[in-house]
Amino acid sequence: MIRFFSITKNIHEWLFNLMPESVASVVEMILIAVVYLLIFAVAGLYLVLLERRVAAWFQLRIGPNRVGYQGLLQTMADALKLVSKELTGTEKADKFLYNLAPYFVIISSLMALSVFPFTQDFQAFDINIGLLFLIAISSIGVIGILLGGWSSNNKFALIGAMRSGVQTISYELSVGLSLLTMVLLTGSLQLSEIVEVQKGGWLIVQGHIPAVIAFMIYMIAGTAETNRAPFDLVEAESELGAGFHTEYSGMKFAYFFLAEFINMFIIAAIATTVFFGAWLSPFGITESIPILGVVWFLGKTLILVFLMMWFRWTFPRLRIDQLLTLEWKYLLPINLINIVVMAFVVWLKITI
Amino acid sequence: MSYFSDIYSGIKTLLTGMSVTGKYFLHARKGAITQQYPDNRATLKMFDRFRGEVVMPHDENNEHQCTGCQKCELACPNGSIEIIWDRGIDETTGKKKKKIDQHIYHLGMCTMCGLCIEACPTDAIVWAQNFENSVYDRTKLTKVLNQPGSKVKAGIED
Repeated sequence: MIRFFSITKNIHEWLFNLMPESVASVVEMILIAVVYLLIFAVAGLYLVLLERRVAAWFQLRIGPNRVGYQGLLQTMADALKLVSKELTGTEKADKFLYNLAPYFVIISSLMALSVFPFTQDFQAFDINIGLLFLIAISSIGVIGILLGGWSSNNKFALIGAMRSGVQTISYELSVGLSLLTMVLLTGSLQLSEIVEVQKGGWLIVQGHIPAVIAFMIYMIAGTAETNRAPFDLVEAESELGAGFHTEYSGMKFAYFFLAEFINMFIIAAIATTVFFGAWLSPFGITESIPILGVVWFLGKTLILVFLMMWFRWTFPRLRIDQLLTLEWKYLLPINLINIVVMAFVVWLKITI
Repeated sequence: MSYFSDIYSGIKTLLTGMSVTGKYFLHARKGAITQQYPDNRATLKMFDRFRGEVVMPHDENNEHQCTGCQKCELACPNGSIEIIWDRGIDETTGKKKKKIDQHIYHLGMCTMCGLCIEACPTDAIVWAQNFENSVYDRTKLTKVLNQPGSKVKAGIED
């Protein structure tokens, strides 16, 4: 039986025998960071490809299928092209912030990845305030967007960035409150403990009606958080050119683009962890083979990612006033009532 | 309370939309309208109403249906059609009769409006479905539609 723990433990012991303790722990951290960086750069690229193929199928097209078998190398080729492109910028841009902005966006989304329990032992950083950390990190990304839009000295970019600020600040509330509803059920913010609670049944089953409502609110608000259609006012192509990243090119643009897709993965992964039992298999059918947890985690996440793509290719874009009405008039009041309902459910012990 | 009915109708209409696109998604493999053109050149068939270029069909006896009435030449808005005609002696009646020498068609000038084909009283010219019209020399776009040695089909003018 292969377990991630035994592999990582061997590497860990070998490193600590080789060099002094302080150096070894730094090297270990760097190794883990590099592994995550590589995995998720590639995963982000394949999410872009998935998005393009799924979009094509929704529109009765075929999609990219020329580069590699069924177009599997298409986004790799795109990334190579973006790396080799010139980095342009506007004359009067605030150069320092302009160059800093993409890193804010990509680093905040990569940081959030570190806390997910991909399987029992495959979790880089099991912090005891996991969910709070995720919510906090995912709202740092918007600073990068605001900086990028403001410093590139372009009116479209500025409008896009301001819209992003409005949108993210509003929907942050709904994301937080819908996750808080589930925290009432788990009694812990630590992601490994949230998974532990779900061994008897996924939280969406345990919490039945309020959990389903919380899940729906979370998916709507999460889609808005990632600035994807139907909430893509930030880069509304028909109005703002490309929105906040109008003035970016080459690799800096690629960072924004990659961050958007990794953010989508993060939103789906949080939903998987909190509502659908992370790496737990349904009814514990593969409990004896813990390495399959990765497959279950990624499977559930990809289904939720597909759901977000389905939203994107179905719904028309919201106007800014409709966006705010949806949040402040509908999602937030429902969410607050839902928390009270969930509290009663937990108090009266009528969970399943 | 329109608040709750708004929520209900909102969710309902969103799900209706998602079911429509979901059906498209499931049928995408069979119903894809994309033509992977250079690969399927052998099997690609253009639809009937596609306007490729004007051709003059000839039958197995090398006979066409053009009487040389020049209605197509007059109908053409930008002069893509030129008819060089002649007079010959009709064998049966012995009278002088108009016949075409060359039906010249400038594909490079044609806007595919189709007025010539609508004007033709004998259906001598029709649309072809080919679309690979690019050539390396502009003069190759000037085509003579009637084949050499062809003549008009008997009984067309009656």
